[in-house]
Amino acid sequence: MTAAPAQSLEWKMPSTRKVAVISLILTESALFTIFLAAYCFYMGKSLNGPFPSQVLKFPLLATAALLSSSATVVLSEMALHRGNKGAFHLWWAVTIALGTYFLWFTGTEWNHLIFTDHLTLATNVFGTTFYSLVGLHASHVVIGLFLLTLVLVLSLLGKIPADHTEHIEMISWYWHFVDAIWVVVVTAVYIISTRF
Amino acid sequence: MNHDTPDENFQIPPPERIGEERGSLTRIVQEMVFTVDHKKLGLMYIASGLLFFVVSGLMAVVIRIQLSGPRNHFVDPDTFNRLFTMHGTAMVFLVGMPIIFGFANYLVPLMIGARDMAFPRMNAFGFWVFFFSGVLLYFSYLGAPGLYAAGSAPDIGWFAYSPLTAKAFSRGHSTDYWTLSLLLGGIGSIATSINIIVTVACLRCKGMILGRMPLFVWLFLVVAFMVIIAMPPLSACQIMLILDRYCGAHFFDTQAGGSAVLWQHFFWIFGHPEVYILILPGFAITSEVIPVFSRKPIFGYPVMVAASVMIAFISLGVWAHHMFTVGMSSITNTFFAISTLLVAIPTGIKIFNWLGTMYGGKLRFELPMLFCIGFLFQFLIAGLTGVMLAIAPFDWQLNNSYFVVAHFHYVLIGGLLYTIFAGIYYWYPKALGKMPDFKLGIWHLVLFTVGFHLTFLPQHVSGALGMPRRIYTYDAGRGWDLWNLLSSIGVIFQVAGILFFVFNLIYSYVKGKKAGDDPWDAWSLEWATSSPPPSYNFETIPEVRSRRPLWDLKHPDDPDWKYE
Amino acid sequence: MKAMLPGSKRIFNHACRRLLGATPFLILFFLLSTPAYPQAGGVMRPVSDMFDPLSRPAEMIHNSSLLVLAITAGIFVVVTALLVYVVWKFRRKGPEDDLREPPQIYGSTHIELAWTVVPIIITFVLILVTSRTIGEIQNRKMPANAVQIRLVGHQWWWEVQYPKEGIVTANEIHVPVSRRNGPGERPTELTLESADVIHSFWVPQLAGKTDLIPNRKNHAWIEPFATGTFFGSCAAFCGTQHANMLLRVIVHEPEDYDRWVKEMKQPVVAAQPGLAGKGHDAFFSHSCVNCHKVDGTVAAGVFGPNLTKLMTRQTIGAGVAPLTPETLRAWVRDPQSIKTGCLMPDMQLPDNEVDSITAYLLTLK
Repeated sequence: MTAAPAQSLEWKMPSTRKVAVISLILTESALFTIFLAAYCFYMGKSLNGPFPSQVLKFPLLATAALLSSSATVVLSEMALHRGNKGAFHLWWAVTIALGTYFLWFTGTEWNHLIFTDHLTLATNVFGTTFYSLVGLHASHVVIGLFLLTLVLVLSLLGKIPADHTEHIEMISWYWHFVDAIWVVVVTAVYIISTRF
Repeated sequence: MNHDTPDENFQIPPPERIGEERGSLTRIVQEMVFTVDHKKLGLMYIASGLLFFVVSGLMAVVIRIQLSGPRNHFVDPDTFNRLFTMHGTAMVFLVGMPIIFGFANYLVPLMIGARDMAFPRMNAFGFWVFFFSGVLLYFSYLGAPGLYAAGSAPDIGWFAYSPLTAKAFSRGHSTDYWTLSLLLGGIGSIATSINIIVTVACLRCKGMILGRMPLFVWLFLVVAFMVIIAMPPLSACQIMLILDRYCGAHFFDTQAGGSAVLWQHFFWIFGHPEVYILILPGFAITSEVIPVFSRKPIFGYPVMVAASVMIAFISLGVWAHHMFTVGMSSITNTFFAISTLLVAIPTGIKIFNWLGTMYGGKLRFELPMLFCIGFLFQFLIAGLTGVMLAIAPFDWQLNNSYFVVAHFHYVLIGGLLYTIFAGIYYWYPKALGKMPDFKLGIWHLVLFTVGFHLTFLPQHVSGALGMPRRIYTYDAGRGWDLWNLLSSIGVIFQVAGILFFVFNLIYSYVKGKKAGDDPWDAWSLEWATSSPPPSYNFETIPEVRSRRPLWDLKHPDDPDWKYE
Repeated sequence: MKAMLPGSKRIFNHACRRLLGATPFLILFFLLSTPAYPQAGGVMRPVSDMFDPLSRPAEMIHNSSLLVLAITAGIFVVVTALLVYVVWKFRRKGPEDDLREPPQIYGSTHIELAWTVVPIIITFVLILVTSRTIGEIQNRKMPANAVQIRLVGHQWWWEVQYPKEGIVTANEIHVPVSRRNGPGERPTELTLESADVIHSFWVPQLAGKTDLIPNRKNHAWIEPFATGTFFGSCAAFCGTQHANMLLRVIVHEPEDYDRWVKEMKQPVVAAQPGLAGKGHDAFFSHSCVNCHKVDGTVAAGVFGPNLTKLMTRQTIGAGVAPLTPETLRAWVRDPQSIKTGCLMPDMQLPDNEVDSITAYLLTLK
């Protein structure tokens, strides 16, 4: 194009998938931040009970399950990179199982809160902000599980080409994001607000 | 489009199928509906935005007729309240946002030497979601009839403060049309912005390091980041409002200990960056037009980039200057006054840089340049009235008065719209292959400028004389009559100007002089391909060595890369 | 005219001639007066010019705003002059200008620094001015003799309570004038609340605006230095009739204010016989009493404005029309015809009850 000397450096641009998923994570973090802000703003401001200290119990097992699912998905990825399809499928399936357990636990917790403790979205500002924040997170777990399951099924059917490791990695990044959000949520909801 | 395979393998697509009539209506509609081409989508965004501009502008005409004199009965109060709500909502979300995304869509891939955006199908998705959201908002006029004073277009103001939006005070479904339309529109905006970020980060041609991108591309990168951070608060607001209205939630329910002010916080955390999202593309266009028509490079490119990034960051921390009157503490008020004044600094610097670009140049007063000069003058006024509003005590008088209305119309019409006109006249030859008519453009410029100032300059005065916003009528004897009359007369000139503009767009397409690849003798990559560009943009992807690759081509003895 | 004695006729002619002579001055006087309204309120000040402050907080704002205006005007003049100069001096003068491009300057660190530092200094000055004025207004300590008012915003009228005096009225705020720096210094402190949506209290010549927000108590203060009727409005969009949620602040001399307070505390005059008596009976047998209160009677509704001493007010419907017997009758017949969308429904009264109730209300002074 010009008479200038050719560029010596190789022209390497970042991967579109990675930048897209990072942008998605940024935008979703902004969304969660607002619901978190609402939750924190209304801490201690409910006019009537039930109050967090009365009805919330730290979800130890569920949290452990979700956070370990991040570890298992990493194990799965490592297996994929090594070419060990069997181990990849195994750890990926364990990840799905742990995530499903987390959802099941949330379901039972909410069942108890609604029908035994009589806490709903409409009960007080605690109910409003609790269900919206935790529910927003749970909806992202649902989406994540859907994506993970899709990958597992397609992979078991042999429909995923060998060079699609980055695509699969992107799903795991989304899953890590969902877990990281949970760390923030569980701290705000089950550790800090249970003082009220 | 597979970004993993290198471009060397690119084959120019075969020519059009023989036997199919070019330009038949079916063909055109089919192309429009199924296209994923960034250029077509860009033009569709701009065309839709201009269509909504005309509709929303007509609403403003009715508003000004009603306010031309005291105690008029041209429209009843509820109709008036719907008019200003729809006017504001449409202008921001259905005119401003799509037109800026249209410019980004069309030009960003061309300017960075790419063949399309990173995700063409998501691009199309973003457009159609926006278009549907616009139709949904206007559908509210027909939508489900409800109770007394309900069941029509939203009438809650474009920022829909709670508790006016609670079910108790906003019966029927008009508010819900507003909520859903904006929720959808937000999804479209976020999708398009992610597309822009990925495109700019990953698809630049060889040699185009970030420091060699056109300022237009830089500014849209900043805008895209602002959108993905600032739009979710609005989405959160909408979700919370729906939950409040239909699921018994108490986010903004003051009866249950909720806070009406919380809506304002969350809304303006979106709303303030939003207005910078709207004006930064205006800066983008100006930063391309002024150098070319001054025949000089932009003065202080690195500072312009730094100032834009600073504006983006600071703008995330000024939101409560819309809330100086809600009774926050003196410390909070002082903090937000300070942050708002700070954001004026990088903004002011940009004006100086544009002046510095023109200084020592050989200014060509073509239509794009004339509109940019208008922008500089009017944006200066807008910025200064903004400084006045940043002074919290002054704002305690001026807030929610016609002074604020004057300020933001100077920003959005005097600022953004003028740069949009400049951009349309500048890139019209590239997109449509014909030159816009100069004389018609001058009629447009003069009529519209006279009308614009006649309408909005007096509003500073009526605001200072105590006239609040959003009132459907006023009493005689308050000192507001003359200013309102002048304001309404100005509308006639603005309408005339827009008529000339629309006529110019059509006339030039049909009868205009054929434009070559590079009619303005410009320097960025979009001028290195034909007018209009082929669907694949470039035969071979270019390689650049400086910020002005075409300057290097035209001046091989004195290329930019020797000095940068 | 009755027949007069010759002597008084001379006096009469003399008086007429004096009057004739004074006519030009009288005409001038009436022309220069602001529009007259039927009720008394001292000097009418319908032009609510924020640059004509007549109260301490408005003056504080005015003082700092003058400095801000001077600075921004200066910036405007300088930058516009630069723009005009550049556009003129560097315009393309002809085809000869196309032969060579001008010198390609990329930037200049010195110039950039200069036009960054100067705005920073200006901003610093503005920040100082702003913080001082914010502190001056928001942190003012109210003296013990300050008048206390509780202002409650409704869709679309103002409820004005004087908790210490036990007075409740609507749409008009009465306060005493304050004398600067001395024993006559007497500001008025307002607590602002809302019964429904967000409203805003704005009387430009008296103070900047402060919002009335449900579930929140805001505070504002005024300190008028001149008497008269000051015009203001609701300045936050609050629904259909936001435009007609107008407000008047009537500033009295201290003695007049004390007299007003005393009169407001007096119970209502007993009902008159005749039409007004019939109206009294109609008023108390209909649902009027469910929404309206009249002090000293059994009417105790609080949804609508308090009607005690209604006829002392200057307007009806929070400023939608001046208060005259005609507008009062029209309102009683159908408030929707005057203030469409307001929360008082058409009571569908027969004409004779409209007349009688109006006659009764006219006695409320």
